[in-house]
Amino acid sequence: MATALGDEGTARGARRGDALGRWINHHPLAALSLAVIVIFCLWLILAPWPQGFEDWFGRKRLFINALFNGITLGGLYFLVAAGFTLIFGLMRNVNLAHGSLYLFGGYMGYEAGVWTGSWLLSFVVAFLCCAIVGAAMQILIFRRMEGQDLRQTLVTLGLSIVFADLMVWVWGGNAIQIDTPDYLTGPVPTPIVVALKPSGDAIFLQYPRVRLVIFAAAVLIGIGMWLALHRTRIGMMIRAGVDDRDMLSVLGYRVQLLFVLVFAFGAGLAGMAGIVGGTFQSISLGEDSHFLLASLVVVIVGGMGSIPGAALGALIIGLSEQFGLVYFQNYATVATFVIMVVVLALRPQGLLGRR
Amino acid sequence: MALSDTGTARRPIGLEGDAFSRWLSQHSPTLLLGLLLVLLPAAATDFVLDQIVGWTLVLGMIALSLMFLAGYGGMVSLVQMTVAGLAGYSITVLGASSLPSISLFWPWWVAAPLAILIAVAFGTLAGALSARTEGIYTIMITLALASAFFYLTLQNWSIFNGFNGFTSVPAPIFLGVNWKSPVPLYYLILFCAGLSYVAVLYVSRAPFGIALQGARDNPRRMEAIGFNVMAHRIAAYAFAAVIAAVGGILLVWLNNQISPGTAGIQATIDLLVIAVVGGLGHPIGAFIGAFIYVILRTFALDALVAVGLDGRRFQTIIGLGFLVIVLFSPDGVIGIWRRWLARAASSRRGIGR
Repeated sequence: MATALGDEGTARGARRGDALGRWINHHPLAALSLAVIVIFCLWLILAPWPQGFEDWFGRKRLFINALFNGITLGGLYFLVAAGFTLIFGLMRNVNLAHGSLYLFGGYMGYEAGVWTGSWLLSFVVAFLCCAIVGAAMQILIFRRMEGQDLRQTLVTLGLSIVFADLMVWVWGGNAIQIDTPDYLTGPVPTPIVVALKPSGDAIFLQYPRVRLVIFAAAVLIGIGMWLALHRTRIGMMIRAGVDDRDMLSVLGYRVQLLFVLVFAFGAGLAGMAGIVGGTFQSISLGEDSHFLLASLVVVIVGGMGSIPGAALGALIIGLSEQFGLVYFQNYATVATFVIMVVVLALRPQGLLGRR
Repeated sequence: MALSDTGTARRPIGLEGDAFSRWLSQHSPTLLLGLLLVLLPAAATDFVLDQIVGWTLVLGMIALSLMFLAGYGGMVSLVQMTVAGLAGYSITVLGASSLPSISLFWPWWVAAPLAILIAVAFGTLAGALSARTEGIYTIMITLALASAFFYLTLQNWSIFNGFNGFTSVPAPIFLGVNWKSPVPLYYLILFCAGLSYVAVLYVSRAPFGIALQGARDNPRRMEAIGFNVMAHRIAAYAFAAVIAAVGGILLVWLNNQISPGTAGIQATIDLLVIAVVGGLGHPIGAFIGAFIYVILRTFALDALVAVGLDGRRFQTIIGLGFLVIVLFSPDGVIGIWRRWLARAASSRRGIGR
């Protein structure tokens, strides 16, 4: 059955004569195995598993939960990493304080939530607070040392040390959980069969509503960023700046203003991600380096300065973390880094990166 | 690279005329410092020997390996603390510790070389991975590798004993000396630190070091005149890893324990702070940075409390100090010292005229 579908795909692709069809014609074996893998994955997700397979591989409920957790975690990682990769792509600034901005956004969002009682409003507050800090960093510090990559990076490192310590001072070392608003609490039924009752009825997966909503929001933000980058004037300027900053500035565009805007936006995204992280898990001391690290790995795997790359990298890293947690606890993070090392060895510029 | 334009390559290499006395006068501060360090156990307490000077020398050695890569190779590798940590863990697992279920209790002369070998293999591999990419990417990749190792040690209980790590990792007894006791351990550390300092100085002026500095300043040109830049960089990583690995073993022996925090993200960043604050222009910078760091870490808490501030804000002091150095003297304390010397010399000349 798999073979038949694969062949059918080849034929259809060839008739259309598009890029996919050409690729399939040139690599029939690769296309066939890809089709088999896709069908196998669809079967894994949609069909109830036979008893023997469950005995060997573990319960389906675990697998599906890891899958959903991985994808939604990928959404969170994308929110953090998108700003990071945008800032790096445009300004060549490895912002090692990005994790601190994430944490700061989480704390500010928590405070705003406590004061106003509105979860949505806290996103605005976190975005604004982090955007202001980010813009201040760009205007006060990085503007003075343009073109000195290493020095800028060292400054962000020093800032992250100071920020981390100041945040411990203000908010202490305890984990803070941001409450999910009432209209988003509770599970949502999904049409995915997890198991069969002895009577033969299917048990469907119930998944937390808030995680699905946030994932949808992350996807929307990603699409929005892509559209803004490819369909607007500012986006065009940013893409031109990524390719050749000096040329853009010679042409008379206000590159410095662009830098401040992008830095503020990237920092603001990290701040909003802080609230998401505080709702998904919790925010505490040490989360800054965790998310800094996550964004590093995401952009290394996905490709520096590329938004689709950040999305792909975030998905891969989110999935590998969650599956690692379920299937090999002792080496969960190692799986993530094996992926990173393999990508670096085969494609040093990242999966979707350009040289 | 802005941080390392004060390399030693430009110094005169050949010695002519009354070579010995010129060498003596040129190196008198170093020799004096060395003599002081050798004689120190006669005057200092065990606390000063181990907790201040011992720590300074060991951290200085590990920072030295970072300084070598960053200063001469232009590669800011954050993986050096991890290399040290891996060496420390290896000697704990292969040698003796308080956990007989994990440690293999091999004799030190098997465990120590193997530990160094493992760590150097890891360091070289990490170097080969990050040397494929240019410049600023190195920081990102090595930071990610360092954090990977940290999380691995934190999560893995079968080899690294997770959060707890290992305690009671004694320095061995050999040549009839118990190297665990403070004075012999101090001399062991001093010997290794001195040797690695001299080795780095030597290599920086040897053809290999000169070629490495050439690759730092203009890799394309070095490639064009026939140097294999990639091979030089990977060899530099291997050389630095040897120093870091020895430093890691000494760190465990000095500390008598090892845990994930030893090579954690904080420690990795602290090491970079040490190297940058000291200055990446000269090997002595690593030790100066380590000395400042150890003094701050040991006494800042009391000093902060004494002036009425919260002693727990130690990290803020470290971070602010680091920022001040990076913002105002990118070549570290050495840079301040050199500028001060130059100003003194020029003003003297001004008076003479």
